[in-house]
Amino acid sequence: MDVNTDLAMWSNQLIISAMIVYAVAMIFYAFDLFGARELKTSEAEVATSAKTSTVRRTNRKTATTAVLNRPGDDDSATVKSSRKNKHRGARIGTSLLVLAMLLHVGGVLTRALSVARVPWGNMMEYVLTATAITVIVFLVVLTKKDVRYLGTFVSGGVLLCLGLAITVFYTPAAKLIPALDSYWIAIHVPIAILSTSLLYISAILAVFQILKSVHETKDPKWLRFLHRLPSSTDLERISYRIAAVGFITWTFTLIAGAIWAEVAWSRYWGWDSKEIWTFVVWVIYAAYLHARATRGWGPTKVAVLNLIGIASVIFNFTVVNMYFNGLHSYSGLD
Amino acid sequence: MAGSTEGSEKTQPKSSAKTTAKQGDKTAAKSTVTQPQLGFIGMCRWAWTQLTTMRVALILLLILALAAIPGSLLPQRIQDPGRVNTFLENNGAWGQFLDTIQMFDVYSSVWFSAIYLLLMISLIGCIIPRTKQHWKAMRSSPPKAPRRLSRMPGYAAFTSAQADAETREDADEAFLDAAEARLKKSGYRINRQSDHIAAERGYLRETGNLVFHIALLMATLTMAIGSLFGYEGQRILVEGETFSNSLVSYDSFEPGSYYDADNLPDFRLKLDSFTSTFDDQAAGNQFGQPRTFDAKVTTTADGTTESHVLKVNEPVRVGGVGVYLTGNGYAPEVTVRDAKGDIVQSGPQVFIPDGGDPGYTSEGVIKVPDSAGTQMGFVGVFLPTAAQNENGELISSFAELRNPYLVMSGYTGDLGLDSGIPQSVYSLDAENMTEMTDESGNPLVIQLAEGETQKLPNGGSVTFDGVKKYIAVDISQDPTQALMLISAILVLAGLGLSLFIPRRRVWVRIKNGDAEVAALARGEDPLVERAVDDLVKDLRDPEPDEDEHGDDDER
Repeated sequence: MDVNTDLAMWSNQLIISAMIVYAVAMIFYAFDLFGARELKTSEAEVATSAKTSTVRRTNRKTATTAVLNRPGDDDSATVKSSRKNKHRGARIGTSLLVLAMLLHVGGVLTRALSVARVPWGNMMEYVLTATAITVIVFLVVLTKKDVRYLGTFVSGGVLLCLGLAITVFYTPAAKLIPALDSYWIAIHVPIAILSTSLLYISAILAVFQILKSVHETKDPKWLRFLHRLPSSTDLERISYRIAAVGFITWTFTLIAGAIWAEVAWSRYWGWDSKEIWTFVVWVIYAAYLHARATRGWGPTKVAVLNLIGIASVIFNFTVVNMYFNGLHSYSGLD
Repeated sequence: MAGSTEGSEKTQPKSSAKTTAKQGDKTAAKSTVTQPQLGFIGMCRWAWTQLTTMRVALILLLILALAAIPGSLLPQRIQDPGRVNTFLENNGAWGQFLDTIQMFDVYSSVWFSAIYLLLMISLIGCIIPRTKQHWKAMRSSPPKAPRRLSRMPGYAAFTSAQADAETREDADEAFLDAAEARLKKSGYRINRQSDHIAAERGYLRETGNLVFHIALLMATLTMAIGSLFGYEGQRILVEGETFSNSLVSYDSFEPGSYYDADNLPDFRLKLDSFTSTFDDQAAGNQFGQPRTFDAKVTTTADGTTESHVLKVNEPVRVGGVGVYLTGNGYAPEVTVRDAKGDIVQSGPQVFIPDGGDPGYTSEGVIKVPDSAGTQMGFVGVFLPTAAQNENGELISSFAELRNPYLVMSGYTGDLGLDSGIPQSVYSLDAENMTEMTDESGNPLVIQLAEGETQKLPNGGSVTFDGVKKYIAVDISQDPTQALMLISAILVLAGLGLSLFIPRRRVWVRIKNGDAEVAALARGEDPLVERAVDDLVKDLRDPEPDEDEHGDDDER
């Protein structure tokens, strides 16, 4: 059957190149995040935030972000020089991330072209596409908000997943099996991918939020590197917003999946193991959204729910796909 | 309830759940004063109050998530009763215990039902007061400005430059006019006061939230109803066979409690031919994977005959019933003759493919009850493309019919068909039978390529005539599917509104040219400060934006 093996080979090459660039990007991001640990800066932060606290807004959030962007403060030389170099690692990291993303998207496209269909017909392709979407979502969020501190974990997570994709999940390029040969694959799966990406980014933010709140209250030495990050309240808010969008897309995934299930298996809901876990994930994130509005649930506790949520998403993708009996046995693995 | 109230419940005492809780507390407190014990009604009220709090709803949600998990770890009767039986056989007392606590029927179990019923009651207890409250809010005007606007999360103060007005009062009035027009344009509801405007927008947020939750209830109910009024049946059809929709034609039939099985819609469906192709190009584990399953069928309903191609993702819908392609396999045509040479059995025999084998190695039995004297039975394996593996064993290397081969053992004796115990057509009970042997006394192995015949020790023979294909179809009716789809769409729409429509109050106040603009987000609203900024920009110097907005109320 007409599979273009040359293109498929090109795809593999592009993915490996992308992985190399992701690795370098991750190192630069990591240097930026963990490297510059001047304590003076955090002192300066205290000083300036006192100054800026009288801005007309009563909003704490604006006050803290203003600290980061305010030019021309007459602080000590060290701070100045650090500010000059500030985020150089992150800037390089982002440039590399864009480059890696282009290679990566190239890899996904060549894979899709090689088999003349959507590039998510098995676990490997799902991971290839999902990681590309994650990076794109991250870059889109970057245009709105400086979340470069997430870079280490975006590039690191993507790198790890791609590594698994080309080894454990590796599946040769081929046509679709009849069970997947439906236009619903072009609706149900990409939205599932988008949800996964959004929920993953939200979860990294939740981790940072928890660490940052420890940093804010106890200020242990090993968390000093967090001083440049937004407040835990801010991190919580971004994490929540992204998760809320992820929840909607997950709801859509579930509904579209149910419609497809009716077409393929004669019932829209049959408690297949994949359906069960999609439902479990949905309920956990529903609980997360509710917890946020419930008294007695502090932000850290809520963030833990978010993490349980992403854990169940990952479980749903890996363990359920590979080890559970069910109708969703499309991993492409034997 | 989630969605629009995040935060609001914490910060705003008006939120319903809290209000109900408070009222509940009060009544409970009152009743303890008047009578030392709560009494039955008091207890109920207390339980109701507890149940409708967000905290309990949240705990119920988490329990629901947990309770759903065992169904994915243990085999479930609704999916595969066979696997449940195997599990029970292998696990003795432990299996019995699990069965007692309904672990193999998780989703219809008492405990699972209890959780979601409680959750639904909690939901209703939350929806009703909030609908009332929202109804009121939609019909009342936005609350007047508080005295100190500067306390609001979004706030700005500036001096209005309405220089062309006659007096200060006129200028202030004109300023408020402009503000009113601007806010109306942005979809705000206006409450004009002498010195300020109170405005509110985003009522759709709460509407969406309520719609989302009501639609969830609808979906749950629809699911319950659907299982009562629908049915699902299975049938295997060999090429050339016709299915006519009546109870006896089904291999298995599971009606809902209220389904009238005597009134099955009348239609016939004939399998003309079935085509399956498998990948012989791809590398690695993709080799041999299925690529097409196309069943050409002819349906007859209400006197009209139509041809369809039934595929995995393309069910055929006829007479209000859906016919879904769920499986396929090979049915070798075998003719068995007795010692006299009379045909005692012929025709296609359905062999069931081993699900894990991409080569479609299939197992089946042939029962020959009519032979003169003793009955015969054959158990065997069908290989679509027979080949030898490294160990010299016969395997099927490909799922298409490239070298079809039949390997069987034969038995004579009593098939047990008259014992009254129902038995599967796909398995042979050889307890009262003896295995056929060859001249040297070893178990007889019948090996046949297409067209070949083998003599049996009892003088009879077995001929492998050819192979037909068969399909397995699910035939089902669910009258509530449309309602379910509507519920699902409402769930999604409601959710979208409740999470994306910002609900906020805005106040614009002016006194002697000193203008104040303040905004308060009700629920999550990332843009509340931007809203203030934009408003200030527009009100400060209205000229540049005039064309853009098309305002004509300036004098």
